[in-house]
Amino acid sequence: MTSPRTLLDKVWDAHAVRELDNGQTQLFIGTHLIHEVTSPQAFGMLRDLGLEVRMPERTFATVDHIVPTDQREEPFADALADEMIKALHANCARHGITYFDLPSGLQGIVHMVGPEQGITQPGTTIACGDSHTSTHGAFGAVAFGIGTSQVRDVLATQTLAMTKPKVRRIEVNGRLGPGVYAKDVILHIIRTLGVNGGIGYAYEYAGDVLARMSMEERMTVCNMSIEGGARCGYVNPDATTVDYLEGRPYAPKGAAWHEATERWLACASDAGCTYDDVVVIDADDIAPTVTWGINPGQAIAIHETIPHPDRVPPGERASVVEALTHMKLEGGAPIRGTKIDVAFLGSCTNARLSDFIEVARVIAGHRVAPGVKAIAVPGSTLVKEECERRGIDAVLVAAGFEWRAAGCSMCLAMNPDKLVGDQLCASSSNRNFKGRQGSATGRTVLMSPAMVAAAAVTGTIADAREVFGTREGVTA
Amino acid sequence: MSTPIEPIRTVHGRGVVVRGDDIDTDRIIPARYLRCVTFDDLGDALFWDVRHDDDGRPTGHPLDDERFAGASVLISGRNFGCGSSREHAPQSIRRAGFDAVIAQSFGEIFFGNSTTLGLVCIELGPDDLEEIARAVEREPAVAIEIDVEAELVRVGDRSLRGSIAASARRALTSGRYDPLAELLEGDAAIAGVAERLPYVGQR
Ligand code: SF4
Repeated sequence: MTSPRTLLDKVWDAHAVRELDNGQTQLFIGTHLIHEVTSPQAFGMLRDLGLEVRMPERTFATVDHIVPTDQREEPFADALADEMIKALHANCARHGITYFDLPSGLQGIVHMVGPEQGITQPGTTIACGDSHTSTHGAFGAVAFGIGTSQVRDVLATQTLAMTKPKVRRIEVNGRLGPGVYAKDVILHIIRTLGVNGGIGYAYEYAGDVLARMSMEERMTVCNMSIEGGARCGYVNPDATTVDYLEGRPYAPKGAAWHEATERWLACASDAGCTYDDVVVIDADDIAPTVTWGINPGQAIAIHETIPHPDRVPPGERASVVEALTHMKLEGGAPIRGTKIDVAFLGSCTNARLSDFIEVARVIAGHRVAPGVKAIAVPGSTLVKEECERRGIDAVLVAAGFEWRAAGCSMCLAMNPDKLVGDQLCASSSNRNFKGRQGSATGRTVLMSPAMVAAAAVTGTIADAREVFGTREGVTA
Repeated sequence: MSTPIEPIRTVHGRGVVVRGDDIDTDRIIPARYLRCVTFDDLGDALFWDVRHDDDGRPTGHPLDDERFAGASVLISGRNFGCGSSREHAPQSIRRAGFDAVIAQSFGEIFFGNSTTLGLVCIELGPDDLEEIARAVEREPAVAIEIDVEAELVRVGDRSLRGSIAASARRALTSGRYDPLAELLEGDAAIAGVAERLPYVGQR
């Protein structure tokens, strides 16, 4: 009888190749995802070293970060973007790597494409040169972001030198109130544990709230693990996971399907296993949450007031002042009612079908406030098409949103979608760092998609429950 | 992988202090500088948006202060390098001439990326960090020495105990901080694991 183990233990042990001289583990990476921004340099290094790609069939590529969401034909107007996208294409062709490019109709943000295609599977290890690779943990995969030299390592060896993280179980129990979403859950967790609270940990999200969540909601939660300092976060696989994957292009078929589902469910953490830390959160304590500062932990419930520098512990004072100065907000004032300039619905945190369904549901019949620029950017081409099939794009456009093609867009503003000057953006993305949305003085307030919709129609940071009327949400 | 890399046992140099906690990788290098297919020209982009105002004029950032010219040790606050996985961040620090970063703590991916590049990241307690920051701001020419193995930072006649993750310490001092050569040596064992994993190769 082996002692009870966590999912992390099981996956780690199954993928450990050997111990390295420095005590780290050489860890086998089952699935490697690449995109145009952090891979060309890695292929360049490989070329310089005269190395080949070890297992090209285990790497999948798409284009998301820099690709324009309004122009979709090559050559792109931005010469550098065009060069990077061409480089990805050439590297994939040369090494025999599957590439979900624009013409394939399967392109999208890399963290959307993996799940959609059924490439993201429980019990696997997944790496990608992007910190939000933690998203894939929603499936019970051990998935983390890596740097470009590590992209090179995976390409050359299908392995990485890694230190095994500790595991913190975060249980969210009870029932979320109407108008409280997965995004609020993760913003609340990060606010509670801090932006560096997760360093050295993998987060295991559990409890009734997570158990009831859809896969898309779980992805929203796991996506932002890294914002709490945890390089990976996961949810134990269950029937919801299995149902989501059934029939996806890369999911096993026939007899292999049954064998795989058994294996998947068996990799969940065993009852009675020991965790390095356990945190329990009551769903009743979670309200619609928005950020007021310049990191995702600087967040408050919509009806709270912005922290006053004089009323925080001395160690935090300098960062509160810095954040307030950048955000041009006043300590002690309510956040509700703050004027916005831009509303952005998109990113790998919240640009899935369920997000757009919910926004369309609440926003129908409303209009974006005058002077607000509102853009909606589906996370993948498949999401875009499904939204269009259901007429969701029409609802959003009627409300005054621009409807774009899939990509990262204004989440990091590497393409032409950017804030200008000190514009304030109500954003469904995951980072509110200074300069994140393309202008050094630009300001970002993170929130759920429904809250972005409420901000868009009122022109201010608002409580979606008040703007749209409290209704039973579709959420867990 | 024929050229062995030199062990990094100590770092000597002068410091520059970039104050602040949670300095994220977007701050270290704004996303628009990620538009490149090599890392070669990233040194100039380091902290660009903090060093320049909207019209591109210098803001008087410590990195542009004459007194700290030639500094090779960057001193900052808590959770330095949090945020994205972009290796562009440590690459730009490296290419701007830095050999080490001293901070209270580091973002995890940044720490790993830096170690792979031989950029030493050492953590100091808040009080010691403040002491060294003040010393450097007072006297920019003060010599800083980081002893990687002993996890010490020496400033003038003071010796401060810091910490570097054991794996990074061993990697740096053995000259195996770029793990690729060692990973390649595991070839047979890699094949073994790939063979055992039911999902690998399945379609
Ligand atoms: S949507 Fe934003 S966070 Fe997600 S992968 Fe793209 S740039 Fe990164």
